[in-house]
Amino acid sequence: MGGNTMSDVVIRVKNVSKEYRLGTISHGTLYRDLQSGWAKFRGREDPNTRLGSGAPAPVNDPSGRFLALNDVSFDVDQGETLGIIGRNGAGKSTLLKILSRVTAPTTGSIRIRGRVASLLEVGTGFHPELSGRENIFLNGAILGMRKGEIEQKYDEIVKFSEIDRFIDTPVKRYSSGMYVRLAFAVAAHLEPEILIVDEVLAVGDAGFQKKCLGKMEDVAKGGRTVLFVSHNMGAIQSLCSRVILLEAGCISADGPAKQVVAHYMNTCLTKTELFSPKNNRDYADIVIEKAIFKNQHGQKSTTFGPFDDLYIEIYYHALKRISKPYFWVTVNSMSGILFGANMLFDDGRPEYIEDHGIITCIFPKISLLPNVYSVMFSIRDEKGTHHLMPAIELGNFYVEGTAEDLHMKGELADNFFNYFHSLIVPYAWRLPNGDLVSFNGYSDAISKPRIEPDEERINPSEEK
Amino acid sequence: MRSPEDDADWTLEICPRKGWFAIDIPEIWRYRDLIFLFVRRDFVAYYKQTILGPLWFLIQPLVSAIVFTVIFSNIAGIPTDGLPPFLFYMAGIVPWTYFTSCLTQTSSTFITNAGIFGKVYFPRIVVPVSVVITNLLTFAIQFVLFLLFLAYFYLNGSAIHPNVWILLTPLLLVQMAALGLGIGILISSMTTKYRDLTFALGFGVQLWMYATPIVYPLSQIPATWQWLFALNPMTAIIETFRYAFLGSGAIQPWMIGISIGMTILILALGLMLFNRVERTFMDTI
Repeated sequence: MGGNTMSDVVIRVKNVSKEYRLGTISHGTLYRDLQSGWAKFRGREDPNTRLGSGAPAPVNDPSGRFLALNDVSFDVDQGETLGIIGRNGAGKSTLLKILSRVTAPTTGSIRIRGRVASLLEVGTGFHPELSGRENIFLNGAILGMRKGEIEQKYDEIVKFSEIDRFIDTPVKRYSSGMYVRLAFAVAAHLEPEILIVDEVLAVGDAGFQKKCLGKMEDVAKGGRTVLFVSHNMGAIQSLCSRVILLEAGCISADGPAKQVVAHYMNTCLTKTELFSPKNNRDYADIVIEKAIFKNQHGQKSTTFGPFDDLYIEIYYHALKRISKPYFWVTVNSMSGILFGANMLFDDGRPEYIEDHGIITCIFPKISLLPNVYSVMFSIRDEKGTHHLMPAIELGNFYVEGTAEDLHMKGELADNFFNYFHSLIVPYAWRLPNGDLVSFNGYSDAISKPRIEPDEERINPSEEK
Repeated sequence: MRSPEDDADWTLEICPRKGWFAIDIPEIWRYRDLIFLFVRRDFVAYYKQTILGPLWFLIQPLVSAIVFTVIFSNIAGIPTDGLPPFLFYMAGIVPWTYFTSCLTQTSSTFITNAGIFGKVYFPRIVVPVSVVITNLLTFAIQFVLFLLFLAYFYLNGSAIHPNVWILLTPLLLVQMAALGLGIGILISSMTTKYRDLTFALGFGVQLWMYATPIVYPLSQIPATWQWLFALNPMTAIIETFRYAFLGSGAIQPWMIGISIGMTILILALGLMLFNRVERTFMDTI
């Protein structure tokens, strides 16, 4: 270890803990605090204590304290692309918030070398009445850029965001995609030594997502450091060299991306039958109380056979009446999104939701190979421009089965289900000798008129 | 060889707490463009959202001055140091409006900006500072209106005597800004914990106006009670302003001294609390 390796560390997180106090400290109004104080003084029962009903009791909470991060330490080297993964509530967001100085740690310290730009949510600080041009300057300044710097980068930012035609339009008329593009463009061109990106890329269209990932890769290749939080295991694996897995506020794995992601998908999340995401204060209108997976027999389960029906029941509690929300569910494998149901596409929205209710998403005959899959869920508001609930993980389920169940004859099949693809689709092989071997209902699925292999082989040109 | 604990060249250290009075002036200076852009944003956004635009700023002091003239001068018969009542009230209303808008707008700093504060870091003090500057623009508009009336009354031979104290106006503005900012951030720091303070504020400001010589002159207060009024830092500011432009009032140097002392004390207290709160308020809001 020479002095050289030392100076390569650009972020040193040392024994960082973050404690949240839940409810017990203050009731939020001076009046109630005085009331409680007075009751205590007279030796009476606190009139503001919550009884039974109220919010669900915090998990690790004998004293009203909740450790979102518990003694976390790690170093990040210059030029490293570090992915941070973990379940909702594992402490990812808290860690990013501390790193980007939105909130302070309770104990421990973080040392940083270089300028940090963080993109925790897209369009932060955009003012709807101002034009795209004005917002570029405003947003750049919020991220710590000087005016001269922004002017220098201005053309590049506009070009990257692909909205040059609308640059003088107030951003309130922008679509959410345009919003994201502009915001990402500003942050990415800040040229920070350290770029922190939260799940923001879930918003844009696929093409732009790719462009953003590419840009992040460029940033990393340019010797700068990227911290990336995502539920998209595909993006994490393609972008990050190293991944940290957070579990209940502690680092439970730290290593090469592929290894940690596989560990996460297989051990961390297995067999969790029920799940209740914690009430996120940023999105206070709706709470997801639990999510249950059921099969076609109505049995609660997290293990399914191939071609079982998958019922995803989401128990929500809308704290106020929400009209025409967009729901969105995706099923993901280790390599990313496989398929989903999205009201933004189909517009099968409910007129409104309020109070307690269940929304169920049904995928009949899930054609999945034996493996572990995760389900993501999010809600958008009536206009579709803002999240009422950001993409959260509802839970994981297993598809179990053997090669034999699937009529697969490969001797090694069972050993390889965890690799390669996940979806079962009809297909066929045409072998060099002209034989057609088909699988998974190929002959029913192929479009008619069928092209007979023999005819085609004998004289392909005469047909047309 | 450098030891692993070598911390000479870290650009930033994030720790649980800063000192009580750790204001990073160079950092705020680095963000001066942001202050400017916030001022611009607030001003432009305001105009785009109102129909009357800048006219609104003129109507408000005019109507207040007229109402005060009718009620306090004509009906209640409160004397105005021999000055034209309309001008007397306006000389109180214009600076008072600046002070209260600084106060009320900065007092909601944390709550109105919770969204942006929760997502991105910049020195939080930038927001209240930009509010104070934005209000300066509003003040300028109302001040010009006041000067027009002053000129009108002066040319018509009213008994008003603008004097060299006018040169103190910028200092008075700075003091009002500091005071409004100080109390505003003090309250905004406390509202992160106690939301009901916001409701108390509107009422408090109203009461405060009656405790300040706006609708009556300080000379009407018995000499034995003047010390009590002097404890209110706004008393000296309003009286000095009125004396400078209208040439009449009961202001004394010791009152100005107390007023400045109070302002510095309140501002320091506000900055201290603000500093504490800005680090962790996202957890409580």
